[in-house]
Amino acid sequence: MAEKLKIVPKKTPMPEQPAKERVKNFEEVPFGYSEADAIVEAQRCLQCKKAPCIAGCPVEIDIPGFIKYIAEGDFVASIKKLKEKNVLPAVCGRVCPQETQCEIVCTLAKKWEPVAIGRLERFAADWEAKQGESPIPGSLPSTGKKVAIIGAGPGGLTVAGDLIKLGHGVTIYEALHKPGGVLVYGIPEFRLPKEIVYREVDYLVRSGVNLVLDFVVGKTATIEQLFEEYDAIYIGTGAGLPWFMNIPGENLNGVYSANEYLTRSNLMKAYLFPQYDTPIVRGKYVAVVGGGNVAMDCARTALRLGAAEVHIVYRRTKAEMPARMEEIHHAEEEGIIFDWLTLPIKYTGDERGWIKEMECIRMELGEPDASGRRKPVPIKDSNFISQVDVAVCAIGQSPNPLILQTTPDLKAGKWGNVEADSKTGKTSKKGCWAGGDVVRGGATVILAMGDARFAARSMQEYLETGVW
Amino acid sequence: MYRVLKREQIVPNIHLLVIETNNIHKNAKAGEFVVVRVDEEGERIPLNLVDWDEKSVSVIFMEVGTSTRKLGALKEGDVIETLAGPLGRPTEMIEDKSIICIGGCYGIGALYPVIRAFKQNRNRVITAVEGRSSFLLYWQKKLQEYSDELYEITRDGTKGYEGHINVFLEEYMKDHKVDLIYCQGCTYLTFFVSQITKSMGVKTIVGLNPIMIDATGMCGVCRVIINGETKFACVDGPEFDGHAVDWPNLLARRHTYHSQEQKSLSFYECERYG
Ligand SMILES: Cc1cc2nc3c(=O)[nH]c(=O)nc-3n(C[C@H](O)[C@H](O)[C@H](O)COP(=O)(O)OP(=O)(O)OC[C@H]3O[C@@H](n4cnc5c(N)ncnc54)[C@H](O)[C@@H]3O)c2cc1C
Ligand SMILES: Cc1cc2nc3c(=O)[nH]c(=O)nc-3n(C[C@H](O)[C@H](O)[C@H](O)COP(=O)(O)OP(=O)(O)OC[C@H]3O[C@@H](n4cnc5c(N)ncnc54)[C@H](O)[C@@H]3O)c2cc1C
Ligand code: SF4
Repeated sequence: MAEKLKIVPKKTPMPEQPAKERVKNFEEVPFGYSEADAIVEAQRCLQCKKAPCIAGCPVEIDIPGFIKYIAEGDFVASIKKLKEKNVLPAVCGRVCPQETQCEIVCTLAKKWEPVAIGRLERFAADWEAKQGESPIPGSLPSTGKKVAIIGAGPGGLTVAGDLIKLGHGVTIYEALHKPGGVLVYGIPEFRLPKEIVYREVDYLVRSGVNLVLDFVVGKTATIEQLFEEYDAIYIGTGAGLPWFMNIPGENLNGVYSANEYLTRSNLMKAYLFPQYDTPIVRGKYVAVVGGGNVAMDCARTALRLGAAEVHIVYRRTKAEMPARMEEIHHAEEEGIIFDWLTLPIKYTGDERGWIKEMECIRMELGEPDASGRRKPVPIKDSNFISQVDVAVCAIGQSPNPLILQTTPDLKAGKWGNVEADSKTGKTSKKGCWAGGDVVRGGATVILAMGDARFAARSMQEYLETGVW
Repeated sequence: MYRVLKREQIVPNIHLLVIETNNIHKNAKAGEFVVVRVDEEGERIPLNLVDWDEKSVSVIFMEVGTSTRKLGALKEGDVIETLAGPLGRPTEMIEDKSIICIGGCYGIGALYPVIRAFKQNRNRVITAVEGRSSFLLYWQKKLQEYSDELYEITRDGTKGYEGHINVFLEEYMKDHKVDLIYCQGCTYLTFFVSQITKSMGVKTIVGLNPIMIDATGMCGVCRVIINGETKFACVDGPEFDGHAVDWPNLLARRHTYHSQEQKSLSFYECERYG
């Protein structure tokens, strides 16, 4: 068969900073495709009639469509196609877990490596950015309806993008002094340069979205008070409440929540201290507890802040780690040491209240638990002590209770999340939608954007018909 | 961007700052605070609300490090980057009770909205302001308006009671019964007051000032131990029962960045003054 000959089995590699170099700076690790790389990679796509990749994408990007344009060298058409469905292509191209969304179902992936969909998406968006300010799409005439969006994370930004196009008046209320949510306060510069997020937000603002920063809904104004002015409200406040392990010594100096550690470094730019005023402790021996993307980001940040030794302490094994493979791989390359099957049980401090040591216990995998993963159980008398001067707790987070506490008729789920219909995003409160991490707990950028897309549709229906 | 309407040194090192905003007054209550960030490179720091109206909020701050030094250099018409609030839980209101309200350094200003609210709820308000010397005390007239009694305590005896706050408390409590003691000021003052009143067996509420960043419950740096349990001062406080606070932990946590703070300040001074 002639077709088979055309198949290139492997993805076109993407050049990146060598590990030895990059641990000394906060610049982005991969450089991205050149035009030539992108065209070669795009030509690997089979242009399947019933493209399975589209179904794998929570925001339903026409994947073969945008790839085809790249293959033809028509990058303008490619980014236009992408932006029909995704307001944050430069972000998603970098941080989405394509390996479990669109690439995993790619027809090529049955036998070979899938098309590098993420890298191509990133290429198209970066290409556009290089051409200068991007043109704004036209919107429909004003409907006179007003929508408030709470939280300028990827979810809130997606709802804003969808509803502004339809002619509604859109205002985003954000608690922090910068928009972007986790993209700005959590994910480090070396994985997602903040300029990219600000560029995409700027695009929305130029399209007419009103962005109000420093506005904490629940305190500055409650949802009830916002309803005096708005016809519909979307809650996209994320999962910002950090969990601790409740073990002795967790309040010693030098013990951080992942949120604090990353917020200092990313949002407040503590890695540029003293040019920036916010300090961070530059530990020599750093332990990061947890096994997700958040833990990888903390560990890699610690290295860049000058640590001599960084350990990831995880109670299960590599196979169970929820972090993206690419992130684990990058962390390994950079020299992060992984302590699998290990659980911290105590921190001890010096006489001035600073962390000095961490006591851990070894674990083994037992019977599968509710999640289907084998449950780690402690091995008796396997305790050991290691010297640390910074420990970062990256074991998870849940939604901030502020909104629920101040909105009595908003129904809460089991673990402090806001309850919302999985198809429409409707909450128990009329005129109020929710999606992303505030509903799901810590999930992903693209799932937050998918929720937002469905909610925006449902909101449009409500704004048009008034039927709840 | 928020415009500075006024910045005035009231007593050495302590300033009043009035910032333009029409967002905060609607929900502001006594005991709450705001977060400010002076410029693009600046930290987010919490400051108690001392007053508010449709056009502005007022804070009183003491110059201690880079951020407050930057605030102290502001002039009318300058702008600051960030102003968010009101934040924290308001002071828990009680009615028809007798309350001693103690303030030191910036806490004298922070008392103002709280005693106003206490008074409006028909409480008997006994206000006590303390400082190293008489020239460091301020706002007595303003405080008098909502106080049934007002006392001054100076360490050097230049006005009112001579010595520390304990001198006043011990004497006053000899022949008065009070239901609550409320205290605002630096950690040493709130700690000291809590120590004294514990032996007196009077309920004591203190405003704590741990380090904060977002001040909305997201980072957890402001965690304090209350009755053995970890709380976030920004959303569960910042006011707590002074007898339940783990003071050594709070004092240690406040010093986490001591050496960096000094470095930051000398960096700022070099940049500014060459
Ligand atoms: C360190 C880290 C690394 C990650 N890495 C990845 C990755 O590689 N790939 C991936 O897909 N996902 C990753 N995630 C998960 C992903 O970032 C989140 O799932 C996603 O950002 C959720 O989007 P969201 O819009 O629901 O909320 P968020 O991004 O959390 O945004 C919520 C916004 O709401 C604001 N807000 C909260 N409360 C209020 C209020 N009361 N009033 C006003 N505003 C408020 C917050 O300040 C914030 O800006 C990572 C998460 C972290 C923490
Ligand atoms: C809820 C809350 C409300 C607050 N309200 C006010 C307020 O109304 N007015 C005000 O002036 N401050 C207030 N503070 C304290 C204020 O936030 C800090 O003083 C400020 O962050 C200092 O920043 P800086 O960069 O100037 O000093 P830093 O460089 O952070 O500190 C310099 C040095 O001063 C010490 N220091 C810092 N703050 C204090 C303090 N309050 N007392 C004694 N020593 C201190 C530090 O330990 C350090 O050694 C409040 C704090 C909280 C948590
Ligand atoms: S499944 Fe793979 S090969 Fe098929 S259209 Fe999508 S990206 Fe192209």
